[in-house]
Amino acid sequence: MGFLPTDEQRAFARSLDAMLTASDTPAAIRAWAGGEPGPGRALWGRLAEAGVFALAVPEAYEGMGPLPVELAHAFVELGRHAVPGPVVETVATAVLLGELARLGEPGPAKRLLPGLAAGEWTATLAAPATRAARHPVPYALDADRADAVLVVRGEELWRAPGHGPVRVSADPARRLARPAPGGELLAEGPAVAAAAAAARRWAMLATAAQSLGVGLALLDRSVAYARQRTQFGAPIGSFQAVKHRLADTLLALEFARPLLFGAAVALADGRAPDGDLAAAKVTAGEAGYGAARTALQVHGAVGYTEELDLSLWLRKARPLRDAWGAPAACRAAVLAPYA
Amino acid sequence: MDLSYTRTEEAFRAEAREWLREHVPAEPLPSLETAAGFAAHRAWEAELAAARWSVVSWPEEYGGRGVDLAHWLVFEEEYWAAGAPGRVSQNGVQLLAPTLFDHGTAEQRARVLPSMATGETVWAQAWSEPEAGSDLASLTSRAVRTDGGWLLSGQKTWSSRAAFADRAFGIFRSDPDADRPHRGLTYLMFDLRAPGVTVRPIGRLDGKPAFAELFLDEVFVPDADVIGEPGQGWRIAMSTTGNERGLMLRSPGRFLAAADRLVGLWRAEGDPADSALRDRVADAVIGARAYQLFTAGAAARLATGAAAGADSSLNKVFWSEYDLALHETALDLLGPDGELADGAWAEGYVFSLAGPLYAGTNEIQRDIIAERLLGLPKGRR
Repeated sequence: MGFLPTDEQRAFARSLDAMLTASDTPAAIRAWAGGEPGPGRALWGRLAEAGVFALAVPEAYEGMGPLPVELAHAFVELGRHAVPGPVVETVATAVLLGELARLGEPGPAKRLLPGLAAGEWTATLAAPATRAARHPVPYALDADRADAVLVVRGEELWRAPGHGPVRVSADPARRLARPAPGGELLAEGPAVAAAAAAARRWAMLATAAQSLGVGLALLDRSVAYARQRTQFGAPIGSFQAVKHRLADTLLALEFARPLLFGAAVALADGRAPDGDLAAAKVTAGEAGYGAARTALQVHGAVGYTEELDLSLWLRKARPLRDAWGAPAACRAAVLAPYA
Repeated sequence: MDLSYTRTEEAFRAEAREWLREHVPAEPLPSLETAAGFAAHRAWEAELAAARWSVVSWPEEYGGRGVDLAHWLVFEEEYWAAGAPGRVSQNGVQLLAPTLFDHGTAEQRARVLPSMATGETVWAQAWSEPEAGSDLASLTSRAVRTDGGWLLSGQKTWSSRAAFADRAFGIFRSDPDADRPHRGLTYLMFDLRAPGVTVRPIGRLDGKPAFAELFLDEVFVPDADVIGEPGQGWRIAMSTTGNERGLMLRSPGRFLAAADRLVGLWRAEGDPADSALRDRVADAVIGARAYQLFTAGAAARLATGAAAGADSSLNKVFWSEYDLALHETALDLLGPDGELADGAWAEGYVFSLAGPLYAGTNEIQRDIIAERLLGLPKGRR
């Protein structure tokens, strides 16, 4: 048993980190939120070039996937740099179409997957976050920016003709809209439900990874701030109350990490580990949100302003915690096998 | 990244499962923290040792099987899943043995380890003193040079199971003139029945005589029972706490089994409408899995030659808080019966209450995490 990243996986994560560091993601995030999607789209192109979306696309459709462990590594970095846009939804769409093809419905995959892997176009997906979700068709993320809005309704997969009014999220870089009814029916039948379940698993994995990355970035910034900010003649990071809160934040993140990669390994082994994914999702989501609360507390009032780039991460943590499986739903899913 | 077991690991698992199925006592033994229970647990250790299951990761010459950490984790999963008894030898096996492997002499290992493996000699820890708990370096019990050895005097306390144990290991001030509190300390082993030792049992929170204080009045210890060099006691002890807080103190198997039992209790007793309690049961399942995977990663890192280091502090805070939360959930599920002091959950609960205290309080661990893993400045404690 070797539960460690391979050298290749480490190198892949490092190269993404370097690319994103050089890309000035804070500027792209602020532009994305402010109605200027250009820099975000450019960033998208670089991610596609690096192979991020191809990880979820089968080789038969010009992808490299399915490679869930590599995808988890990638999405930790996407979270660490707070990359905007429907990245999770594009991955979920890729898995949905690939799975449909595997189940004997190759039409949509042939038409759409190669372009998705290459980053030529983007998709967003509205699907129930759980099998028993109270909101059968939730919001579609960034529907106004995506080239295709896909909707799962029961055993039907639709390409929506558009979307309703764009609502502002608590994270200004997330834009929410309801898909418009009707459109093109891409597929129907039990295969759609099965493919949607697979898409949901990958969406949970990618979102959990983003949560972990967001939390790690928030912790890094908080530690750096606590070391240089002085009050009462000493760095606030020397005060035990601050130290212990930061230690607890690290603890939560470091115990979310193995759940995330354990779930990714289970997916890679061809299992459908719903309980593992739910455990990873709730743990990483809560750890990321906990890191946001800690970051705000450690920064104090300056953290409560939009001026610091910190706000770009702070506001992302809670929506990510709840997207594709809120904590209560995840906990219920963990116990489902025992009920 | 890989989470599958090798063929040898799976064969080892099957062998352990088979043996445990045939040998684990059908009825739970009486509490380890009582004289009768202690004797019963000692007999169980002998039975384990006879089949070489008591210390699987030790070299064969001392009674082990020479298997690696991954095999030990597998064994622990099977051991606790089988509902096997608590381990009366744990202080010696988890604290003294790693110290002897790292710092002892071949003669000391040959003399001490085989009888530890069989439970014939049970060891107690003699570190804390009334005025030296978290601030362990301020200890004042003395070791004074004498012909052929040392004379120990002073008081040690909160020593688990010392009321029933045979021997003890601890740190003593051998050089009162050293320039720093943690210098001039020496690590020694001594006999709890030697002349000059008085053992006074102390009732634990549940009244069981699991604790003891030790009064030492010029207790002779031969040079052969000094571990490492005189004056190096602090460094040697701290290398032990890495073991104590780390992997060796709590294996995931224990918590996986406890979480399984908790789920069983929830299914039997839980109110389906009580979603708050349901969420806490889910958290116990999630936490056991998180700890198992965290440990798998740590074991893989250790196998590549990395040191456990301050990661063991993360480990310790996690399992101690997890264990307590799991037992509190169990007591809540028991409803009015949760108040009763007899039964496995009650015993486990009292034991889990100590988790955040021993092996370095969780506050001390958080300081270590903040300073060594996050690089935050030292401050006033």
